[in-house]
Amino acid sequence: MNGIPLLSIILLAPLVGALVIMALRQDRHIRVVAAVASAVSLVASLYVYANYDSARGGMQFTETVPWIDQLGVAYSLGVDGISLPLVLLTAIVIFAGVFASWTGIRERVKEFHVALLVLVTGVFGVFMARDLFFFLVFYEIAVIPMYILIAVWGSTRKLYGAMKLTIYLLVGSAFLIVGVIAVFLASGTGSFDIATLASVQYDEGFQKFAYLLFLFGFGVLAALWPFHTWSPDGHVAAPTAVSMLHAGVLMKLGAYGLLRVGLWVTPEGAQAWAPLVATLAVIGSVYGAMVAMAQRDMKFVIGYSSVSHMGFVLFGLAGINALSLNGAVTQMFAHGVMTALFFALVGLIYDKAHTRHMPDLGGLARQMPKVAAAFVIAGLASLGLPGLINFVAEFLIFVGSYQVYPVRAVLAVSSIVVTAAYVLRVAKWVFFGPPVEKWAGLTDARGVEMVPIVLLVGTLVFFGFFPSLMTGLIDTGIVSLLEHIGPIQLGGSF
Amino acid sequence: MIEYAWLIPLLPLVSFALIVFVTGRNRLLSAGISIAAIAASFVIAAGVGLEFLHNPETVEYGLPWVDVLGLRVEMGVLLDGISVLMLLIVTFIATLIQIYSLGYMHEDPGFSRYYSYMSLFAFSMLGLVVATNFLQLYIFFELVGLASYLLIGFWYEKHSAAEAAKKAFVTTRAGDFGLLLGILILFSLFGTFDFTELADRIAGFDNIPLLTLLTVLIFLGPVGKSAQVPLHVWLPDAMEGPTPVSALIHAATMVAAGVYLVARTYFLFANAPVALTVVAWVGGITALFAATIATAQDDIKRVLAYSTISQLGYMMLALGVGGFTASMFHLTTHAFFKALLFLGAGSVIIGLHHKQNIWEMGGLYKKMPITTVTFLVGSLALAGLFPFAGFWSKDSIFAVALEHGQVALYWLAVAAAFLTAFYTFRLFFVAFMGRPRSDHHAVESPPSMTGVLVILALFAIGVGFIGSPFIKEGFGHFIYFGKPHVEHLHMNIALTSTAVTLAGITLAWLVYSVRVTSFETLSVALKPAYLLLKNKYYIDEIYRWVGERVVEGFGFVLQWFDRTIIDGVVNGTGTLTEAIGRRLRVVHTGDLQTYALVILSGVALLFAILALVDPVKVLKLGGIL
Repeated sequence: MNGIPLLSIILLAPLVGALVIMALRQDRHIRVVAAVASAVSLVASLYVYANYDSARGGMQFTETVPWIDQLGVAYSLGVDGISLPLVLLTAIVIFAGVFASWTGIRERVKEFHVALLVLVTGVFGVFMARDLFFFLVFYEIAVIPMYILIAVWGSTRKLYGAMKLTIYLLVGSAFLIVGVIAVFLASGTGSFDIATLASVQYDEGFQKFAYLLFLFGFGVLAALWPFHTWSPDGHVAAPTAVSMLHAGVLMKLGAYGLLRVGLWVTPEGAQAWAPLVATLAVIGSVYGAMVAMAQRDMKFVIGYSSVSHMGFVLFGLAGINALSLNGAVTQMFAHGVMTALFFALVGLIYDKAHTRHMPDLGGLARQMPKVAAAFVIAGLASLGLPGLINFVAEFLIFVGSYQVYPVRAVLAVSSIVVTAAYVLRVAKWVFFGPPVEKWAGLTDARGVEMVPIVLLVGTLVFFGFFPSLMTGLIDTGIVSLLEHIGPIQLGGSF
Repeated sequence: MIEYAWLIPLLPLVSFALIVFVTGRNRLLSAGISIAAIAASFVIAAGVGLEFLHNPETVEYGLPWVDVLGLRVEMGVLLDGISVLMLLIVTFIATLIQIYSLGYMHEDPGFSRYYSYMSLFAFSMLGLVVATNFLQLYIFFELVGLASYLLIGFWYEKHSAAEAAKKAFVTTRAGDFGLLLGILILFSLFGTFDFTELADRIAGFDNIPLLTLLTVLIFLGPVGKSAQVPLHVWLPDAMEGPTPVSALIHAATMVAAGVYLVARTYFLFANAPVALTVVAWVGGITALFAATIATAQDDIKRVLAYSTISQLGYMMLALGVGGFTASMFHLTTHAFFKALLFLGAGSVIIGLHHKQNIWEMGGLYKKMPITTVTFLVGSLALAGLFPFAGFWSKDSIFAVALEHGQVALYWLAVAAAFLTAFYTFRLFFVAFMGRPRSDHHAVESPPSMTGVLVILALFAIGVGFIGSPFIKEGFGHFIYFGKPHVEHLHMNIALTSTAVTLAGITLAWLVYSVRVTSFETLSVALKPAYLLLKNKYYIDEIYRWVGERVVEGFGFVLQWFDRTIIDGVVNGTGTLTEAIGRRLRVVHTGDLQTYALVILSGVALLFAILALVDPVKVLKLGGIL
């Protein structure tokens, strides 16, 4: 397959799909084209995933086209052990998302799918870009359609949610732009190539300053406590597929940025701020779980659980050792799939019952056995049950971070008990207990509605049973990252 | 056969997958696949067992499961005395109970689902038993918890069942939190999860306080899973599940997983004497505490549930005082007679069309003779009367407690033995003897059920002999820690325990059968104590209060904090920006003349400032110089 620009295919298939959709009239055709476009990305992603040479490691499937020579900007793509799982994640989630919108989205179908596919192009671009300029451009492409998608097709307090999300993220990216320009100027290389920027030894003070900018910019998107409140509000307001992409993929952009740009380019800065990140991350993970327990809207429960689980990711990033970083990347993938599944299921229930208020629901397992089973599986994933990939991710994070921050690790681990309590309670409230007469007419997921459920559950279970197919790949990326940044001393017994 | 031992856990997994994906709609096929799989596992386990009897050597093999920089974990099979023993017990009893379930569950619409869960359980339990390392053990420890959750909540449309399932999972999770922490500390110290490697490295480790801490943390897992005080509260509620499930999972096998875990990791406990003392006292207190509650319960399954908690306490006590062999021996005999008792209770429940209150039973011996006789055998084994199975294992626990000078624990155990005899025969006399206490039409259960009862009854009589002093190279020759254990006859102990057991049975007979004094009078006379026991020391109420008021309350406080303080700042920032904008907007009047005036004034002002600072430059700018 040499010579075929696979990454460009993955990246541009959704964009091409969006362009074709603009010319179409019938809703059905629009949906099919969106499905085909995302299927192309998915198949190509799977091919790349299966054919990545782990023994060789490093950036593979690279493509480079110079763009602005004067600024050293180039359209250059590539994937390594860190980004490839996230590319696959994105492909899985958008494919599932198109099918999850099949019956739920009935208004302005064309505009919805165009915005959705453009957004995904941005996400793919961030994960593949080897050029910091393009990285930022794709980053903005991913954020902007979100506003439209929530504000137009959303539900509960959608304008507030959309505005809050957009302003938050744009403020964040303002910091990023300053950080990127600062690094570009300080490097003196005249290039935006991330690897080139990373090869420069910046002085420590500058690294601390630059990393702080990255930390805020990316941290907001990763729902770093206390800058997280945009995220539950955004999740709740967004339509199903957008919630799936938002929690499943978009929040990972932040964590990925911290790893790819923050840690790689300014390692000493990362090191200096790591203890603070660890503290905020642990607060987020426990706090998110506790607040989730107090929710009555299903989407808010999942929204806060995302804050909690992203806390684990950030905690892993703060550990800066092979196990914690591997766990963090695995957790990005695992949480992405799990939370997309959650939102797909909640969306189904909401489309049928028109409520997400849990005390009003109950006994749905009789009418919707498949949805109930899938929800329980998602719940088990979120509470870290072995047999699902989330367990491996959390375990790696705990093992890795414990060696650096034992006390904080204990606190983080404690949230698995709280998570079990609130997740199983949601399952009990919504699905178990005596059937409620009001919901007797609800129907189970069927036909296209089953596509996202089967795909997402299958992914969780497959990698849960064979985790080394993911952790082994990630390991190649982490090892070269750690070689690049050299020995890290993170201090203290706290 | 040993090289095929990996199939033992895997076959039930295959059957689980087949039922879920293929045969779900065909009830009998699902049941057939499940039973065939577990029976095949039993055959392999029996082959492994025979080879082990000939050549008792430890065998270990496995495949890498996760292999990344700094961490390598295997999924494997470790075959030694205790794992081979457990493989035999689990596969044998699971086979019997799956057969029994054919009759018990045959009218249930969730028949296939039931067998898929049973297969899932068998896979998880057997995977736990053969674990070669801490992570594998933890993984399967969690998975048996999942199977337990699914089976307790099997009748999920019952509110109480759904609640009990959740309670079981969350309570044991709280224990697993400790277990996980212990494993993390262990890994950070020794860099491995492997039992064999750890056992080697632990010997030279001299930071005893840290070792004690991590061992006690690890012990929290077993406290949850084996329903020891204070995490015992989930087990009685778990009786919401179908009765064969209670027999298999919540009596014979899964709840013993905690005991097994301590035995498997005994190299840790043996090097941390304080942790061992904790184990002994938790076990001893649990044994007595649960036995007291069992005397005041009215639901046949709840009596048995508290009895299980109490007997698990015995096993922990035995481990704690150094009686590795005695503990495993009691685990073995208990698995048989308690499975028998639960299945007997199931037979009664079916015979009475789902009545579980013993005060609505009575006179069953006429209508259900096989169930009654086998239940009597089980009761005698549980009470520990010579020569039934429980007698041998209980005596060996008493003996080891005295040998190691644990007099207080010994008397605690003896007191519990008295109560055990009492509550067991209270149950027996009230439920089976006398006249019917309600208008019931009991009928004996079908042969698929009574046949299983008879087989188990034979074991409840006979299985104790394998560990009795009459057999030279018996139980302790294969199951031991350190050096093989030789059982002696302890006449004093045997006499004491027999006396205590007979006293308990007699008291039950006097009160509930002959009725020298009516229990009504007794319960009035001892009202405060009776109420305390009937309400299980109000521990559930206390936990519920803590759970709802304290933990959830804290959640609501944080929720308020999130909405009011954090979002207050966020929205406040937004509002402030907007307000500033609104003020500044006044300036944008759209009137050109005003703008021109402002510009002119601004330029004039700048010039004025410059003129003050640097007059020469101003003059130059003006072209004057």
